Amino acid sequence: MKKVLSSDTIRLLIPALSLTILLISVFYLQPRAMSYVGLNLLFNLAVPIALATIAQMLIMTVNDLDLSMGTFVSFVACVAATFLQATPVIGVLILAAAIATYAALGVLIHMRNLPSIVVTLGMSFIWGGLAVLILPAPGGEAPAWVRAVMISRPPFMPMAIIACIIIAVVSHFIIMRSSFGVILRGVGGNARSVERAGWSILGVRAATYALAAFFAILAGISLVGLTTSADANIALRYTLLSIAGVILGGGEFTGGRVSPIGAVIGALTLTLAGSFLSFLRISPDWQIGAQGAILIVVLGLRLLLNRLENRGKRS
Amino acid sequence: MNFRKMLLASAALACAAMPIQAMADTAAKKIALSNNYAGNSWRQAMLTSWEKVTGEAVKAGVVAAADPFTTAENQATEQAAQIQNMILQGYDAIVINAASPTALNGAVKEACDAGITVVSFDGIVTEPCAWRIAVDFKEMGRSQVEYLSKKIPAGGNLLEIRGLAGVFVDDEISAGIHAGVAQFPQFKIVGSVHGDWAQDVAQKAVAGILPSLPEIAAVVTQGGDGYGAAEAFAAAKRPIPTIVMGNRQDELKWWKEQKDANGYETMSVSIAPGVSTLAFWVAQQILDGKEVKKDLVVPFLSISQDTLETNLASTQEGGVANVEYSQADAQKVIAEAK
Repeated sequence: MKKVLSSDTIRLLIPALSLTILLISVFYLQPRAMSYVGLNLLFNLAVPIALATIAQMLIMTVNDLDLSMGTFVSFVACVAATFLQATPVIGVLILAAAIATYAALGVLIHMRNLPSIVVTLGMSFIWGGLAVLILPAPGGEAPAWVRAVMISRPPFMPMAIIACIIIAVVSHFIIMRSSFGVILRGVGGNARSVERAGWSILGVRAATYALAAFFAILAGISLVGLTTSADANIALRYTLLSIAGVILGGGEFTGGRVSPIGAVIGALTLTLAGSFLSFLRISPDWQIGAQGAILIVVLGLRLLLNRLENRGKRS
Repeated sequence: MNFRKMLLASAALACAAMPIQAMADTAAKKIALSNNYAGNSWRQAMLTSWEKVTGEAVKAGVVAAADPFTTAENQATEQAAQIQNMILQGYDAIVINAASPTALNGAVKEACDAGITVVSFDGIVTEPCAWRIAVDFKEMGRSQVEYLSKKIPAGGNLLEIRGLAGVFVDDEISAGIHAGVAQFPQFKIVGSVHGDWAQDVAQKAVAGILPSLPEIAAVVTQGGDGYGAAEAFAAAKRPIPTIVMGNRQDELKWWKEQKDANGYETMSVSIAPGVSTLAFWVAQQILDGKEVKKDLVVPFLSISQDTLETNLASTQEGGVANVEYSQADAQKVIAEAK
């Protein structure tokens, strides 16, 4: 573990390791899961979570936090189950307007130097209200093409796994390999030096928020594809799940240090942790606590590795 | 040739007989309960009833297992994941009290496609492949006015206490009450407040509206609000009208006290938490190969002047009057639906 592994690889090692251990334990507890259908059932609900986690990660890259993620995904789900299904043109327009709103939020947060937590918390009520207006009672119907994609059964590998790999690779290229990604991480790490180098931070922030909205929209649409219809409260859990997913996958609250592949793995780990506890038959009173314990163990491991890494550097 | 025919025939016979044999016996079948919430007395009573009745059924060898699962948070996505886990665990039937009527449809469809029987109750799901044991909340509201029309033939003014605004159940019961008033026009609703199914909220709301109201002949309610209404009338020193109760222990206790003191008469109606056990037996009947209609209606539990004492005695302090269903009850409900 000297110079062979970069610190980025070490960062990825723990999430990958914890996912593997969880997966092995789940297979041990429930051998039925070790099949094409089983893997799909285990992981298909992780697809929207992974997309929401990538969206949250983008916001966290520029040192912000989005507390409206859950309500925004719910809002998108409601739009997808109503407008996008009945009148696709209007549906696309609404979603485009939502992306523009996110970009405007980025501008607002940057110009007025507002804390993103407060702005997005406020927005969460607006998204929630809009979702209830669009769908006062649970219902709607998923567009046929979304449903077809989400229940498709490609050969060799279940749809859920393929989707997660695509999400991880695409976001890895955007954030770790493209020049936009470099500036993006630069803004989170040290905004002033990026600004001095002549880049418009305002533009970068707006673009980041818009891109995050795009991923969140994909999350909402894929969620509706799985559930077949929507509910104004369908994804409220995603706010905390997405933040936990980013952190679990090796990201940090202090901007610039993120890992897209890690974030997808983090989302998968969180989903799997739920199934694992359910297979163990742990009583619901203890489940939240047990889920928290899994998080703490993984984070504790990471802290330990970070410390080892730093010690290695010093000596 | 003859021998081959015989072989074919016997093979066909075996094929035809096998499913029947497998269906006629549910001793090897496993049933799971997927529950979204356990945070109030009604849900606690529901889970206790499930464990009691299914525990006996498992012991008697009717089914192999009947495991209850409750999600940690009341969220549809979490319950969808829970249902998908149950498919993996190899249950033959899943009984659901759903967090959302529609958001679980994808998971329910997966279960149906895997050959699993899905029965939803109380919080029902709209996916066509699942069975629904629904409550006729409208009839629950209408029956209150019908009772009043017998008790007070001359009619009079009604005060309506509603539930939590914006919830489907509140709209349904209220619609039933209004339908009842249309049927018995000697009654007139002169005031309406939201009691949120809680005694303290109902008491405050009724106390607030009382000074503006004429003489009230009766109060129509949704359950969990009758005792609060009675307190409000007593505090305002107004004659206590006929208040329809909602099977809560505090309501039944107050009713009993009044009955002993001055012969107070009313009725009480609500849904028994033991409906979970009805859903269990319905699932068992379906697994047994019985033909069951997709939409069943659960009878609600009403308590009259005569059955007050027995129901009060069997209801826990702070609880809800309950009734647990048997296999015979389920068969009756199924037969009535045909």
